[in-house]
Amino acid sequence: MSELNTLTITQARDGLKKGEFTSVELTNAHLQAIENTRGLNAYIVDTPEIALKQAAEADKRIQSGNAGLMTGIPVGVKDLFCTKGVSSTACSHILDGFVPQYESTVSQKLFDAGAVMLGKTNMDEFAMGSANITSYYGPVKNPWKAKGSNADVVPGGSSGGSAASVAAYIAMGALGSDTGGSIRQPASFCGIVGIKPTYGRCSRWGMIAFASSLDQAGVFTRSVRDAAIMLESICGYDTKDSTSANIQVPRFEHALTGNIRGKKIGIPKEYYVDGMSEDIAKLWEQGKQWLKGAGAEIVDISLPHTKYALATYYIIAPAEASSNLARYDGVRYGLRVVEEGDTLDQMYEKTRAAGFGAEVKRRIMIGTYVLSAGYYDAYYKKAQRVRTLIAQDFKQAFEKVDAILTPATPTPAFEIGAKLDPVTMYLNDVFTIPASMAGLPGMCVPVGLSSNGLPLGLQLIGKAFDEEMVFNMGGVLEEEAGFSTLSMAA
Amino acid sequence: MGKLSEKDVIKIAKLARIAVTPDEVKTYTEELSKILGFFTVLQEVNTDNIPQMTSVADMALPLRQDIVSDGNYRDAVLQNAPVSEYGCFMVPKVVE
Repeated sequence: MSELNTLTITQARDGLKKGEFTSVELTNAHLQAIENTRGLNAYIVDTPEIALKQAAEADKRIQSGNAGLMTGIPVGVKDLFCTKGVSSTACSHILDGFVPQYESTVSQKLFDAGAVMLGKTNMDEFAMGSANITSYYGPVKNPWKAKGSNADVVPGGSSGGSAASVAAYIAMGALGSDTGGSIRQPASFCGIVGIKPTYGRCSRWGMIAFASSLDQAGVFTRSVRDAAIMLESICGYDTKDSTSANIQVPRFEHALTGNIRGKKIGIPKEYYVDGMSEDIAKLWEQGKQWLKGAGAEIVDISLPHTKYALATYYIIAPAEASSNLARYDGVRYGLRVVEEGDTLDQMYEKTRAAGFGAEVKRRIMIGTYVLSAGYYDAYYKKAQRVRTLIAQDFKQAFEKVDAILTPATPTPAFEIGAKLDPVTMYLNDVFTIPASMAGLPGMCVPVGLSSNGLPLGLQLIGKAFDEEMVFNMGGVLEEEAGFSTLSMAA
Repeated sequence: MGKLSEKDVIKIAKLARIAVTPDEVKTYTEELSKILGFFTVLQEVNTDNIPQMTSVADMALPLRQDIVSDGNYRDAVLQNAPVSEYGCFMVPKVVE
């Protein structure tokens, strides 16, 4: 039997149903594979006992014919989600020792559907980053390497651990989060599927907050069908999240008809940016041809405020973060730094200085500034208005098209040691940020390799709550591209 | 929209309750000024009469019944406290 951990969720679901193997066997195959890939640093907390207990329960469920969407499937959970009784720190020193006394809604749903948790995956601290190099627990390595090179490359971020685990076959699927691109960008860098649903599809309750008007849970998988299965298992209205959409969750898998004849695909001209690699421009063109070949109509569109999305995001997200991260003060949980005779303020200042990493502090400071008296109007209020314009661009475009096709990242994965200044690093998210600003669903599908052998993906953006269209188009793109994660030189 | 001075950075750090060393003040002044410079592009956009987007979802904050529906988790709430006694979080003295 070929290695069980290289199956897709769809294949495993089938094999489990037929009794070809058990979830315990599947889980053990993953636990062994995790041991063999420690160097990637994809997992920062291992939960083998919990995994095997869940796997045994899953096997009982499958035998009695009560399997749910993800029953028996081993997954990784980004450390951003509060998992009851299991360390959850958002990979920050300031949450050292924090063990949640409750389960996040999204992980609870995943476990109710029967999934098996292999561990908590590594991430950029507080989800701030595009390379998974800001984690308190060290960087994550992309299982892919450039052709003829031994240099380690980044998996992307902030959900780098989740992406790397799925690409390296040490998780069949993984929970991630996406605020400005933290699922879609690593999916592209790691050659896997990653989807961020419409804002409000997934509950944010129990999700360590970064930017509340942008954060969304989502999933990484090795196929579009797998993503449809796994995403459905975590979506749903939650009264504990006041931004949760009270809307039915469709059977996403049923949307994969493969028929997109007559559907209109928008190609936004503003997404041809400076510094975009030639490989990506070529794949984008190829993507257009594939979808056209499948019967879709290509429509040129304009999203005129695209060039302002990055600046708008880097005002709004840090502003919201400065508010959300104010709770880390050494009082109720996590790190406390205090010396004899210190005032309360000194405890706050010392704790936060010692507990937060450089990127997090940078963003809190920017956020504090743009919200401060005298600057609020010029920065934050202005950005809020531009955000309305960005969302309007999409609304107008969607009157003419059913989905939008764009590149996912401006370049393939870069080396871990590459010295990029903060602003250059921010450019990694140039294609993913606009959809986040508008709260729209976005999915990255791997479609090919760069000229130096690293994966590249294309992004599909859909109308609000139209994940079905995104999945169906993504399925066609995946079929046409024929990209195989097995083409990765192990 | 202009450059940041070191005095600005010290004030921001105070507001954010993050202790900074003199070296860090210098570094932040440089880094944050660069980031702010990147924001000036927004001045090109005419936003007259454009409302602020405060919520992506076109919804008002939902209200619920004003009744107690959950609670009594004191021990769980204190579970992760660095220092706790008498069922409270303990912190340095605030009032003399």
